[in-house]
Amino acid sequence: MTDAATGGPARPPLEAAAGRQRGSSRLVALLALPAAAWYVLMLVAPLVTTVVISAGERGDQGGFVPQFTFSAYAALLDPLYAPVLRTTFILAVGGTVGCFLAAYPLAYLLATRGGRRRTLGLILVVIPFWTSFLIRTYAWVTILSPNGLLNGGLGAVGLPPLDLLNGPVAVYIGILYNYLPLMVFPIYVALERLDPALVEASKDLGASRWATFRQVTWPLTLPGVATGVLLVFVPLTGEWVIPSILGGGKSYYLGTFMANQVTDSRNWPLGSAAAVLLIAVMLIVVAVYLRLVGREGLQREVSLL
Amino acid sequence: MTASPSSNALPSRAVGPSDRATPGRTAGRGAVRRRVDLVEAYLRAHGAIAYLFLYVPIAIVVLYSFNDSRYVLVWGGFSLRWYQAAWTDPQVLNPLKTSLIVAALNMVCATTLGTLAALAIVRAPRLVRLAFDALIYTALIVPEVVVALASLLFLNSAFGFLGDVGVRLTFGIPTIVAGHVLWNLSLVILVVRARMAGMDRSLIEASQDLFASPWRTFTQVTLPQLAPAILAGALLSFTFSMDDVVLSTFLSGVGSTTLPMRVFSMIRFGVTPAVNAISAVMLLLTLVVIVVSQWLVRRAGRPSPAAEATSG
Repeated sequence: MTDAATGGPARPPLEAAAGRQRGSSRLVALLALPAAAWYVLMLVAPLVTTVVISAGERGDQGGFVPQFTFSAYAALLDPLYAPVLRTTFILAVGGTVGCFLAAYPLAYLLATRGGRRRTLGLILVVIPFWTSFLIRTYAWVTILSPNGLLNGGLGAVGLPPLDLLNGPVAVYIGILYNYLPLMVFPIYVALERLDPALVEASKDLGASRWATFRQVTWPLTLPGVATGVLLVFVPLTGEWVIPSILGGGKSYYLGTFMANQVTDSRNWPLGSAAAVLLIAVMLIVVAVYLRLVGREGLQREVSLL
Repeated sequence: MTASPSSNALPSRAVGPSDRATPGRTAGRGAVRRRVDLVEAYLRAHGAIAYLFLYVPIAIVVLYSFNDSRYVLVWGGFSLRWYQAAWTDPQVLNPLKTSLIVAALNMVCATTLGTLAALAIVRAPRLVRLAFDALIYTALIVPEVVVALASLLFLNSAFGFLGDVGVRLTFGIPTIVAGHVLWNLSLVILVVRARMAGMDRSLIEASQDLFASPWRTFTQVTLPQLAPAILAGALLSFTFSMDDVVLSTFLSGVGSTTLPMRVFSMIRFGVTPAVNAISAVMLLLTLVVIVVSQWLVRRAGRPSPAAEATSG
């Protein structure tokens, strides 16, 4: 039916096939049922539970009392927790911008100067991304710890040591390291799909390289940038592993804060409210993305991963 | 001075979309050319630094895994002692066993359910397809910690409720697997569906025209064509479990510590060089599995020779 809808050249036999398939609609439902049940049990029900808990209040022994107050959301806006929201926002925006600044020139280099080696270049960007996220984050502990390799190197050339581990700089490095490929892929794809004739035309009409980039290349690669922003920004708002390992595990970011509320502090409504906030942010970002780029963009870029 | 020396400045450069400047055009534009060369130099430096940034940390972990010293960061000569230490430590081996069980269960469940769902979704009505799409992408894009905590809260409430009616369930390997399957289900559906989009329909129709039963068509025509994508999905699911910390941490129970969870706590509470050895092995394992699965996906992504022959 999908193929018939897209209007492939082989229309009549497909319609016949579609007719045959319509007869087996019960089989289709049966095949999709286990997966649908899984989504309902492990995604929809948990998210609904979270929303319900976020509206309740904390019980005396932790847990929650079902209620219809929004005190947890009010608490989230309390000056006590405001720094968490602020640093998380700065982290997500800063991490996304950092990834973009590092990724665009790299993707541009690969797509326009790569030549025959462009595939190899892209694979070399992908390989670290394929390997363990945890280990890649840990690798920076070795480098940034007080008596780590960075300070060893600085000491060797007579510079004072830096105390970067368990601080924001280490977290930013970890983010850049882990999320960079997610920004490179979509931008690379956009650059590769760019019709060289357009760039040629711009040059033939006398535009400078910079004008060509600004007026032709950049606008046409914006959808790729948007996909990269989506893929980096949304997971970053809830990043937990990197702050736990490189940031000292303190409640400075929403992801770690949320986890601490649910597990250690046993303040479920507050943790749930934070989770609902993250889901709301995600929905807004996705809605804006779908408006600007459309559905195909994501399907195309995700397929590369 | 003519343009020839500067146009040869980057002789190995392939013709890309934005540079096909002919010698005649760049002649007499010395200042512009110099600025252009600066841009080139910057791009190259940026690329070099990016690759160093990506590979040096991994190289350091692998290198130091062969370090004989008791201290993580002091080089004491080449040795395999930390590999041996990790391999004989029950604190490492038991989590490894748990991880392998979780990974195997996750792989089987996610691949089976995902493949069945992918087969069903393409034949489903538009509205059902859209609903599935929403679920598939939501599962992938929601920050993992949100899914993990939401599942923890839901399962905790559900288990409490079931306990009241006499059904005792606790957190452990099954709950970790349940969480992992959610994520990998989406992955398998996407990979298999991508393969189905590139599949040769005419073979299925030929099979049907030759009066093969739907089951026979499926096992002898559809399934062999989907096999590489299914296998790739399975391998990716397996690696996910061997690597995941977030879902595992929040959905585990007493005695169901996975290897990444163990490594995570080793990193947070005092690093021993054994971590480097485990890390090096995990890097190698994930790398091998992923390279194989990507190779399968790439191969699967290409139209089959038969499809090329018929469409040509």
